[in-house]
Amino acid sequence: MGKHVLVIEDEPNIIEAISFILSRDGWTVDTHSNGHDAVSVVRAKSPDLVILDVMLPGKSGYDILTELRQDAATQNLPVLMLTARGQSKDRELAEKIGASRFMTKPFSNAEVLEALHELVPQ
Amino acid sequence: MPQRQLTGSRIRERRLRQGIRQAELARKAGISASYLNLIEHNRRRIGGKLLLSLADVLDVEPSALTEGAEAAIIATLGEARAADKVVAAQTEAPEEFAGRYPGWAELLVRRHRRVLELERTVETLTDRLTHDPHLAAAMHDVLSTVTAIRSTAGILAETPELEPEWRDRFHRNINEDAKRLAESSQALVTYLDEDSGEETGLASPQDELEAFLTDAEYHFADLETAGADKVDTILESAEMLQSAAGRSFARQYLERYCDDAERMPLVDTIAALRSLGTDPAVLARHFGVSVARAMRRMAELPPTDGVPQMGLVSCDASGTLIFRKSAEGFALPRFGAACPKWPLFLALSRPLLPVRRVVQQDMHGRSAFLAYAIAEPVTEPDFGQDPLFQAHMLLVSLGPTDWKPEEVRGLGVGCRICPRTDCAGRREPSILTDGF
Repeated sequence: MGKHVLVIEDEPNIIEAISFILSRDGWTVDTHSNGHDAVSVVRAKSPDLVILDVMLPGKSGYDILTELRQDAATQNLPVLMLTARGQSKDRELAEKIGASRFMTKPFSNAEVLEALHELVPQ
Repeated sequence: MPQRQLTGSRIRERRLRQGIRQAELARKAGISASYLNLIEHNRRRIGGKLLLSLADVLDVEPSALTEGAEAAIIATLGEARAADKVVAAQTEAPEEFAGRYPGWAELLVRRHRRVLELERTVETLTDRLTHDPHLAAAMHDVLSTVTAIRSTAGILAETPELEPEWRDRFHRNINEDAKRLAESSQALVTYLDEDSGEETGLASPQDELEAFLTDAEYHFADLETAGADKVDTILESAEMLQSAAGRSFARQYLERYCDDAERMPLVDTIAALRSLGTDPAVLARHFGVSVARAMRRMAELPPTDGVPQMGLVSCDASGTLIFRKSAEGFALPRFGAACPKWPLFLALSRPLLPVRRVVQQDMHGRSAFLAYAIAEPVTEPDFGQDPLFQAHMLLVSLGPTDWKPEEVRGLGVGCRICPRTDCAGRREPSILTDGF
């Protein structure tokens, strides 16, 4: 069984496309589409890596990541943040609160796979 | 060097500008060239008859030689110098520069003011781009859809052995996303096209009302005399009121305007302002109206001699701004929350108690405002219902000598575009500084 990734994203067609390419790459993929209970889903699923969108219904990706970094169990969990905003301030904020990587939409499938392989060597 | 000691520099500058030799000017003024040389280098004080003679020969008013550049030009030069880290430490007085080179000084002052105007424009546009919820949502929608299309198209192009059911599914997704992208792009373009006359559904009725009031400069001369009979005529000709809700808001505003004008007639209000001053509580007592109504009426007045420029901001009990009339030098956030240090919010936290503060947004200390704020109930007293309050803040522009630095409260527009650091009210980082 491959490494386990949790995709937290609210755009269904992005979820489907990412799930497909990650599955074909050997990952075990779980998905979740709202921010409200995302932290508890991460704790329950214990993935090897999280792909986290910034703009989510219920709670922002920044808030979710902040909570994850405050918890010893998820303090070092690799998190790839996805955002439609590419301003340097957003990138700095993501790094400041502990994002492992930051990727701006639109991105290519190859970029996502490359980032994941760097964060979680197979 | 004090201004009065620069008379010689101004005489020299005028003489050179007119191409007159020193000896020639000295002869025409009845003095020796060597004495004029001492005067021009500010080594001899000059006044009386000799000043009049030199001014006569140079064909200028004597005051142009003794007073030189106006105080405002010198003050602005001082501000320009203070704002630049490189030259701020220089010791040359701006008076000396303005006295020796009045033309260059004026040019520098005009450029400095233009820079300030442009900075304000950038702040306003940045505020819009970062806080406009419609724009942010529309951009997010477009970029998310593009991402889905790119990722799905990548799968279709790069996976030759793709199963037919997956291929059909991804084709369907791309088709859906392409349609969605077309719609969201069109909505975005329409929203950004200010000339569009169509009701887009993206501009709020509040936006329409603000555009309508801004266009009228918040004053309706027809309503001052004709009253409510003219409301329909005004609404019919208001092209920016596109939605039914926008027109309804405008009607409510105009009907209240008529009521204000009836209780505080224009001529009487202006006369009262001139004789009693700008304290809205004093005017409220004078006309027997609420302080909120007096504030609103003061902000409805046309530009009038002897009456300072006034802005008005109102918020509901949640702190959301529901009315904005800006005053030059005091910016209001287009979107997003305002600075929590505004007296408006202090008033909201202590209803019915008037608040008066001298406030300043400008960190360079150029303009200050007297802010009067009060929160009043908008509902009738009812023992069965909790009262609902709205707060209002009238901003009266102060002259350069009307305030003392020690009484000024510094505040901002909103956290996102506020460069102030170490602020207890900060709730989010500024795009201008690190903020926290």
